[in-house]
Amino acid sequence: MTGFNLEETRNLALGTLAVGVAALLPVFDQGFYLAICVNIMLYAALCTAWSLFSGPTHLVSLATAAFYGLGTYSVGLGIDTLPYPVLVAIAAASGAVLAGLVGAMTLRISGVYFVIFTFGLAEFVRQVVTWLQTKFATAIGLYVFTDITESQIYWMLLALTAAVFLTGFLIARSTLGFALQIIGNDETVARHVGIDTARAKIVLFMISGAFIAIAGAIMAPRYSYIEPPSAFNPMISFLVVIMALLGGTRRLWGPLVGVIPFTIMMDFVSSRFPNHTMIVVGLAFLVIVYLIPNGVTGLIENARARMKGADTVAREKTA
Amino acid sequence: MNILVTGILLSGTYALIALGLTLQYGVARIMNLGNGETLVAACFVAFWLYTGLAINPLVGLLLIAPAAFLINWAIYAVALRPLVKRAKNRGQLEADSILATFGLLFLLQGLMIIGFGGDYHSYTFLAQRFDILGNSYGLNRVVAFAAAAAIAAGLWFFLYRTRQGTAMRAVAVDPGSANLVAIDVARTAAVAFALGGALTACGGALISTFYTFNASMGVVFTMKALIIVIMGGVGDVRGAVLAAVILGLSETLVASLVDPGLTLAATYMLFILVLLFRPQGIFGRAPT
Amino acid sequence: MTPAALSVRSARKRFGGLVAVNDVSFDLRPGELLGLIGPNGSGKTTMLNLISGALKPTAGEITLAGERISGLAPHRIAQRGVARTFQLVRVLPGLDALGNVMAGAVFGHSRAWGGEARDMAAALLSRVGLSGREHMPVTAMTYIDQKRVELARALASDPRLLLLDEWLAGLNPSELRIGISLIDELRREGRTIVMVEHVMDAIRSLCDRCVVMSSGRLIAEGGVDETLRDPEVIRAYLGDDDDA
Repeated sequence: MTGFNLEETRNLALGTLAVGVAALLPVFDQGFYLAICVNIMLYAALCTAWSLFSGPTHLVSLATAAFYGLGTYSVGLGIDTLPYPVLVAIAAASGAVLAGLVGAMTLRISGVYFVIFTFGLAEFVRQVVTWLQTKFATAIGLYVFTDITESQIYWMLLALTAAVFLTGFLIARSTLGFALQIIGNDETVARHVGIDTARAKIVLFMISGAFIAIAGAIMAPRYSYIEPPSAFNPMISFLVVIMALLGGTRRLWGPLVGVIPFTIMMDFVSSRFPNHTMIVVGLAFLVIVYLIPNGVTGLIENARARMKGADTVAREKTA
Repeated sequence: MNILVTGILLSGTYALIALGLTLQYGVARIMNLGNGETLVAACFVAFWLYTGLAINPLVGLLLIAPAAFLINWAIYAVALRPLVKRAKNRGQLEADSILATFGLLFLLQGLMIIGFGGDYHSYTFLAQRFDILGNSYGLNRVVAFAAAAAIAAGLWFFLYRTRQGTAMRAVAVDPGSANLVAIDVARTAAVAFALGGALTACGGALISTFYTFNASMGVVFTMKALIIVIMGGVGDVRGAVLAAVILGLSETLVASLVDPGLTLAATYMLFILVLLFRPQGIFGRAPT
Repeated sequence: MTPAALSVRSARKRFGGLVAVNDVSFDLRPGELLGLIGPNGSGKTTMLNLISGALKPTAGEITLAGERISGLAPHRIAQRGVARTFQLVRVLPGLDALGNVMAGAVFGHSRAWGGEARDMAAALLSRVGLSGREHMPVTAMTYIDQKRVELARALASDPRLLLLDEWLAGLNPSELRIGISLIDELRREGRTIVMVEHVMDAIRSLCDRCVVMSSGRLIAEGGVDETLRDPEVIRAYLGDDDDA
C-alpha cells in the first residue's frame, strides 16, 4: 500500500483545490464574512479532529474544551517569553500528554468511564488552572497581544484543517487505520488477531487531542484576554459533538457538512435569541439521536445505496 | 470534627441523587446525564411551594416525589424506550442514551433559564442552630440528612425485602435471565427509571433547604452523582451510600482546608484513584 | 531436548464459587494434533480461553515453546503465535473476505503489510476453497464459508499453535467431510493444533492424542481409541449408571 490509487489521487487533488479556493477568502472580505468563516474553519478543524477518534471508536469524547483551553493557555502563558510557533508546538505536546493520561486511565477499562471522565474534564482543568493562577500569579486572566491578524488566524486554521484531513487520510492507509476498522467491527476478534486495542485508541486520542490544542493556540491571539471560564467553556465540547454527528463520522469530510450550517445557525441564534441557545442545543441533540443517527452523510449514503439497489433491480427486470 | 460532621450531613443528599442515578443506569441501563436537571427542577418546585404557597419542603416531598416519578416514567416511555428497542447491543444503547439525555439536559436547562433566569435562588427554612458534639450546624442540614437517610432506608427495604425490588435487582444483574423467570423487564426498567427520578427529585427538594441553587448547576451534580455511582459500583446501594459519604467528606475537607473553588477537582482526584485502583467499585469483586 | 510446543501446568480457573478448570496439566509436541473433548460444561472452551488469553488463569502456568504466556493479554499471546477460531463463528461484517483474512496476517505472528499481506490472504482464501470470492461481503456467505474465512484468518498469522473451538460444529455431512479433510491437510503440513470438538468421527480420524475433561478436571489422556474406551470417560459422557 505505498502508491496512491486512482480514487486516492482524486481525493488528494480535490482536497488541494478546496484548500486553494478557501485560502482566497480574506482577499474578498475582511469583516463580517471573514469573522464567521474563522468560526466555521475553527469548528471544521475541531470537529474533524474529534471525529478522528470518536468516529471509528464510537466513544463520545467531551474533552474538546479541555484540550482547546490548554492550547489557548499555552499561548497566553508564554507569549511574552517564547516565539509563537514554539508555543503552538507546546500546545500540541500538552494536548497529546493530557489525552494520553486520560486515555491510559479510562480506555483500558470501559467506554462509559471514558465518556464520564471527559464529561467533567474541562471543568476539572479549569478549577485547577484557576487555583494555580490565584495561588501563584497575581491576576486571573492573561493578556495576549500579538500582531497576528484575523486573516492570518483564518489561514492558520485552514492549514490546520488541511493537516487534520491529511492525517486522517494517512491513518486510514496505515496499519493503525486497519486496526481501528477491525476494532470497530469486533473488539474481541481484534484482540485475538494481535491488536493492542487500548494502545490503538490511546494513540488516536492523543493525535486528536494534539490537533484540538493547536486550534486553541491559534485562536488565542484573537481573544487578546484569556481567562479560565472562556478558555475552558464546556459548550465548545458539546457543539463539536453536535456538529460532527450532524454531518456524520463515517467519512472524513462528514463533519464539514454539519459544521457549516450549524455554525451559521448558532451565530444567528446567539446574537438574536441569546437565552434560547441551550434549547437549540438540546433540540439538536434530540434530532440527531432520533432522526439522523448516522448524520447527513449517512442519510445520503443510505439513499445512494437504495438507489443503487433499485437500479440493479430495474436492470435485472429488463434483462 | 466540624468538617467531618458537615461532610457527612452533605453526603446524605448526595447519596439520594446517586441512588437515583444508579437505579436508572444499573437497572434501566440508561446513563441519564439529565439527572442533575431533575434535581434542579425539584429545587425550584420546592422553592415555589415554600415561598408561594408556604408549604413546608418536607411536606412538599409528598408532592414532588410522585410528580417526578410520573414525569420520569413519561420520559422513559416516550423518549427512551424507542432507543432501548432500537439498540442492537449495550454499547449502542449507551451511546444513544448519552446523546438523548444530553438533549434533555440542555432542553430542560434552557427552559429553566428562560423561566427563572440565571440568578441564584434560596429561601430560609429551619435556619436555627443545632448542636452536635459541641459544634453548631444549620438545623435545615440536619433535617435534610435525616430525611435522606429515611428515604434511603426505605429504598433498601424495597429492594431487598419486596418482590418488586428483588425483580429490580435481578434485572440489574442480567436482563436476559430475568426475562426467563417471568419478570417483565421492560416494565421493571421503566419503574426503576421513574423511581430513580423520584429519588433524585427528593434529593433536590432537600438540598434546596440549605443550598443556593440556579438553573444551570445541574451538570455539576450529575457529575458528582456519576462519580459516586462508579465509586460505589453500578447498581450497588451500599456502595453508593459509602461513596457518597467519602465524596461529601473529601469535598468538605478540600473546600475548608485548601480552596472552595476546588470541590470538583477533589471529586476528580477521587475518581482518578478509583479508576486506578478499584475500577469495579468499592465493594465490587475483582473481575474473574 | 526441545521444549513442548505447548505446556499447561496445573491450570486453574475459578469463577466465584465455580472452578471451571481445576488443576489441568498436559503437553503438546510440535506438529501434534490434540483433541480436547468432554461433555458440555466440562471446561473445554474455558481451557482454550486460558491458552488464548481471553481469560487469565487463577493459578498455574501455560508456556508456548518454553516461554510463559499465561497472564499475558490476548494480543500479546496472538503476537507470540497463538491463533484461534471461535465457538460461534466471528467474522468482521464490515470487511470483505480478503480484509477478514488480512486482519490475521497484519497484526498476528507473521506481521505482514501491504501487498505481501494481500497476497498471503488471497493464497489462504484459495487454500480453504474460497478463491474468486475475495471481495464478497462475509455477511452474504454461508455458515461453512464464514468458518472457512475464520480458519484462513487464523492461518494468516502463520501460528505456532492453532486453537479450533468446535470448528466442525453445525456443518452438514458433506460440509463435514470437506472440513475434516481441510484440517487433515493442516496436520500433514506439520501444524500444531488443539481442537475442541464434539464430532467423535473427526476426533478418531484426525487426532494423534486426546485429552478428556469432565467437571473442570482432566480425567483421561492418551491415544484416541484407548482413551475413548476408558470406563471413566464413558461414565463422564453417559453419567453414572448404577444399574449396570
